[in-house]
Amino acid sequence: MQQTVTHKTFSNGLRLMLKEIHTAPIVSNWVWYRVGSRDEIPGITGISHWVEHMQFKGTPQFPAGVLDKAVSRDGGVWNAFTYMDWTTYFETMPAEKIDLGIRLEADRMANSIFDADEVASERTVIISERQGNENHPLFLLGEAIQAAAFRVHPYHHEVIGDLADLQTMRRDDLYQHYQSYYRPNNAVVVVVGDFETGAMLARLQELFEAIPAGDPIQRRIRPEPASNGEHRLVVEGPGETAFVQDNYRAPAATDPDFFPFVVLDSLLTGPSSLNLFGGGISNKTSRLYRALVEGEIAVSLQGSLPATIDPFIYSITATVHPQKSPEDVITAIDQEIKRAQDEIATPEALARAVKQARALFAYGSESITNQGFWLGFTEMFASYQWFSEYLDKLASVTPQDVQRVAQTYLRPQNRVLGTYLPASREVAP
Amino acid sequence: MKGKSVLRAQLSDPHSSLPGPDDITREVLENGITILTRPNFNSPSVVVSGYLAAGGLFDPDDKLGLSDFTASALMRGTAKRDFQGIYDALESAGASLSFSGATHTTSFSGKALSEDLALLMELLAESLLEPVFPGRQIARLKAQMLTGLALRAQDTRAMASLLFDQIVYKDHPYSRPEDGFPETVEGIHRDDIAAFHQQYYGPKGMVIAIVGAVSPEDAVQWVRAALGGWKNPEQPLPLALPPLTSLAETETQKFDIPGKSQADLVVGVAGPARSADDFIAASVGNSVLGQFGMMGRIGDVVREQAGLAYYAYSSLSGGMGPGPWSVSAGVSPENVEQAVELIQSEVARFVSEPVSAEELSDSQANFTGRLPLALESNAGVAGALLNLERYNLELDYYRNYADRINRITQQDVLAAAQHYFDPDKLAVAVAGP
Repeated sequence: MQQTVTHKTFSNGLRLMLKEIHTAPIVSNWVWYRVGSRDEIPGITGISHWVEHMQFKGTPQFPAGVLDKAVSRDGGVWNAFTYMDWTTYFETMPAEKIDLGIRLEADRMANSIFDADEVASERTVIISERQGNENHPLFLLGEAIQAAAFRVHPYHHEVIGDLADLQTMRRDDLYQHYQSYYRPNNAVVVVVGDFETGAMLARLQELFEAIPAGDPIQRRIRPEPASNGEHRLVVEGPGETAFVQDNYRAPAATDPDFFPFVVLDSLLTGPSSLNLFGGGISNKTSRLYRALVEGEIAVSLQGSLPATIDPFIYSITATVHPQKSPEDVITAIDQEIKRAQDEIATPEALARAVKQARALFAYGSESITNQGFWLGFTEMFASYQWFSEYLDKLASVTPQDVQRVAQTYLRPQNRVLGTYLPASREVAP
Repeated sequence: MKGKSVLRAQLSDPHSSLPGPDDITREVLENGITILTRPNFNSPSVVVSGYLAAGGLFDPDDKLGLSDFTASALMRGTAKRDFQGIYDALESAGASLSFSGATHTTSFSGKALSEDLALLMELLAESLLEPVFPGRQIARLKAQMLTGLALRAQDTRAMASLLFDQIVYKDHPYSRPEDGFPETVEGIHRDDIAAFHQQYYGPKGMVIAIVGAVSPEDAVQWVRAALGGWKNPEQPLPLALPPLTSLAETETQKFDIPGKSQADLVVGVAGPARSADDFIAASVGNSVLGQFGMMGRIGDVVREQAGLAYYAYSSLSGGMGPGPWSVSAGVSPENVEQAVELIQSEVARFVSEPVSAEELSDSQANFTGRLPLALESNAGVAGALLNLERYNLELDYYRNYADRINRITQQDVLAAAQHYFDPDKLAVAVAGP
């Protein structure tokens, strides 16, 4: 994390971050767009993700089926992700081949065709993707919880979108979304790996700077009003296993409370990492694991505190023990939350959370692709500084901060409590 | 001594990133443990992974899942620490260690900051040599495993794959899922686990790879100190696999999971073992069939042209024995038949005409080009080192990899396809509503 990052902005508004790493002959190239399901309204939910799919369907220079093959032929790996706040594309390639990845990203920033036949065949592919998600109880539960937690804000719907919209959206809707958001002044390019910064910048300038800036984007994100009470919901579906997902409205990633919340989550459900590649560690000594899994009330447990632009939700998800009921799980979670509110954590517990974060950073930094991910990802909701100061910010969290955050956020008024009940299950007494 | 040559090589040419004889240290301890190590001081972390020669093949039919259960139970308590003590030590250091059971082996995988390597080695040794399998912990773990099996029964992908194995590997151990069935796991008790550990765990056939910020001399010393004294005179030789009978005709089976939105299907055959002469030809052919670009020919036909599936790809496992060579897809329930027909016709084409020169060279370039990417992390290198040992490959395997791949011809691919695939003798497994 100490190595230098070169920051640059081109005349068309495109922002760039370059970091040389010479440990392997590899370069990872990422293009990030500030668009995701947060920019969608009813009628076009899922459109950002569908546009991401269409970005593989060809430009005049790289027709459909050509660009993925071209990158693969050169030994590259590539992928794309759509999230609530952003959409990103990457190619990680042998260093001498990365020019291809950069050329195709510059090309599809402006020249994708959105052929009507390709839109039609992708419609069923995306519906199939959604159906695959629907096979999983936690997708069904999560979708219902987001809808309950966000009545007004677009975090209301899943990134994949609602089936009704996937069935009815038209080619022109997609193309217009692409035209509005895929602009250099709404994008960040990240290149990490084995290259020379001066030469790379010159090449990026050649390929990207001529792409015209778009009109300033008018985002009409409606803020979610404060909640006026606890919401509880039940989703029923196939299977014989019940799940509980306990959610609380959480601060945005740039809120000063976010870092104490990361530490609180680490104490409650174990450390999570910022790694997309590089993995995490177990959570078996976290308070909720001990109470729930060691207490034989649940068989697994995890927490999630996504870093987002607007306030999202903090989730605690438990798989209910076959001999226990969701109510048992909820009672046990509540007890641990009360403890976090009533008792001050020890400095040792906080030091431990910081050490865990440091180790997770070391694992993530082994991968050049993951380093590229870090830079762009944090830029989407904050800045490079947020990333570079992450460990220091965690280290400066005090036990009082953690207690205050537990008291402020983990209140019933702030809560959406979801339960997945198997339609066939006889709930234990 | 090998450590020094590594440093020299790295200084003179930072780009010689593929592991080879000059930077891999291999040492075999007297008790049979093979150590493979390669330093990487670019990040202050270290990976320790490997396997033992105890696997699900040793499971009795009525206690299927025993080997996997044993692996999961190792860290539930040792002579020195209880469950919370083990994980408190690990998690306080931001380290991880886990064991899992497979058909032929039990594998382990750990990582830590290099300052905590001593801890990782201690816990590895304690878990392997001195597990105590506390009764309460075993009961708790059993409930977790049974829930896992209940979730598996609802997972269309997992059930299609399980059903596929039961068709292709009828009367063969590969038909048996290593995590067992609810009724067999229900019948596994603490004493079964302790007995399995006592009999089958031992240093013979154990391989351990250490990759990261540690010198080769130190790595070898760590293993010697932690595991050099381990002995198990009872440890049996690995079991040989019985012969496999091929299908006489295409066999289709469906597993019903009511209430699901999507069906999963697996179509294929028993493929080559990793040691088969035509494994690499088959592997390159598999890339053309269902991997390259957007999931190869299968992806092109099933996803891009017909729009039937979000994912549709082929895979070739190529392990110790004749692992599956199959095509998988997730489709709408009403499209299952159409997807199966498209896959069958691609298989028919695959065995009747050679792949094109362009398809072959594309996949070859992909295989050779992506190798450095696969080896960029410590875990990636450790996996590569373990494969050298598992499949009896030379230490210069990765350095000569490009030659091996580029030597494959269109005829080699066709011959491999014809060797394994008969479009009229496929297993077709479907799980869904």
